[in-house]
Amino acid sequence: MPQSNGYHAAGGACHEEVIKLTGVSFSYENQPVITNLNFSVQERDFVGLIGSNGAGKTTLLRMIVGLLKPAEGSVSLFGKPVSQFDQWEKIGYVPQKNAFNPLFPATVREVVLSGLYSRGKLFKRISKVDQIKCDDALHAMRIEDLAGKRIGMLSGGQQQRVFLARALINNPALLILDEPTVGIDTETQEGFFHMIRHMHKHHNITFLMVSHDMDRFRSYLGDEPAREAGKLKFYVRHSHDLENCVENNLTHSLRGLRHSMEDQAALQH
Amino acid sequence: MDILTTEFFQRALIGGVLIGITAPLLGLFLVLRRLAMIGDTLAHVSIAGVALGFVTGVYPIAVGLVFALAASFAIEKLRKAYKTYAELSIAIIMSGGVALASLLFSLGKGFSVNVTSYLFGSIYTLGNTDLVWIAAVTVVILASVGLQFKELFMMTFDEDAAAVNGLPARYFNLMMSVLTALVISVSIKIVGALLVSALLTIPAACSLIVARSFKQSVMLVVAIAEAAVIGGLLLAGVWNLAPGATVVLLLIAILILLLAVKNGRRV
Repeated sequence: MPQSNGYHAAGGACHEEVIKLTGVSFSYENQPVITNLNFSVQERDFVGLIGSNGAGKTTLLRMIVGLLKPAEGSVSLFGKPVSQFDQWEKIGYVPQKNAFNPLFPATVREVVLSGLYSRGKLFKRISKVDQIKCDDALHAMRIEDLAGKRIGMLSGGQQQRVFLARALINNPALLILDEPTVGIDTETQEGFFHMIRHMHKHHNITFLMVSHDMDRFRSYLGDEPAREAGKLKFYVRHSHDLENCVENNLTHSLRGLRHSMEDQAALQH
Repeated sequence: MDILTTEFFQRALIGGVLIGITAPLLGLFLVLRRLAMIGDTLAHVSIAGVALGFVTGVYPIAVGLVFALAASFAIEKLRKAYKTYAELSIAIIMSGGVALASLLFSLGKGFSVNVTSYLFGSIYTLGNTDLVWIAAVTVVILASVGLQFKELFMMTFDEDAAAVNGLPARYFNLMMSVLTALVISVSIKIVGALLVSALLTIPAACSLIVARSFKQSVMLVVAIAEAAVIGGLLLAGVWNLAPGATVVLLLIAILILLLAVKNGRRV
């Protein structure tokens, strides 16, 4: 039984089904990419989705977030069919690093704040609370000094932190990372993965990470995929490996993130 | 200098100032979404609408708008059909528009239509109806962009992330198409179909050189466009030059100046 710490009093369970795929199929111009896929992700799971180019990783990701409709089968998020799902602020999304034009005129702060813009915020102004959330996200990722810089001027590793901060600003329950380390040097990748693992261990976040290469994660996710479907492999670290239900409070969690990472770094040295 | 106090020049100035706000503002979003060529295409198709307006006796700018709207939807459809060669759709629609325009103008020979005034603009012939039309378009665009500024930023910066946040991509794309068609249909009379894309894209090109934040670049595109429009109209008025062309060349001069300053600073 999951232990209750007050934050989960309403929902009760700590093992909510975050993503559920039932008999999902998809094809491009009669070429089947995904066939009859059943898979579910439980709260606080860490799922690594691996496959070569054309294996259907991005297709699957796009179906999960509702950008593509499966030809057959259904996708549910937090127990609701994607088409009826409306709590998008529960989902944080980190795109491929190369997905934007380096000349784009936008500061780090503008990008991180944009994580808050959702359907519910339409026509509303950016509030003081929003700015504080942004400060917290910048602080957690140690990029507060970069807030006023144009994002294209940052290094690849710094840009990653910006996109992570944008994804974290809503205190997401599910974090989706789409090949987050493409085009990033090995050393920076190591630091990034360290941060991700730390977040998974100590914070109440479910992870879905897509990559064509998960070598760096083998030690965390194990050598054997939990499931294979076509050319897709799912590596899973279940939440019952971890202490249950950490705090789920936004500012606390984001602020705590940096402190807990610093504590750990201090222990290691 | 007498020209500056004439009524037609003042109407030109008002029209120019209004377009100087809306065209570069929309152009910034288009350029950042790599749709810079769309303005040119819609303008060429719009000309066909203008021609039809003359042939049928309907307000040409209104028919031009309808054509521009139809073209922007056609481009979207063709883009899907030729996914990997999306620019094909732009070439097809653009040449189709020009062909249709010249056909219609040849039909309307008896109406003594001045074709060049729509190709190169005729800001001095702006009438009161035109000004009301331009003002209305300005209000619609400022309201749409102003109220949804942060969402448009998100859509432009990262469409996928915007969709994951639950922002309706289809609605925003549709809105951008409609607004672009609107601004083009009213710009044609001012700078002409051949020069419209200068007002959409050159201020954005300038702002990419200097702006650090998105807010900054929004203010910059409008400031640059206004400087070029007002300066260009005054120069053209005093020296009796073609006004649309003067505005565009002034924009290019500003761009070159900014590039030179930036490169100079780097050395």
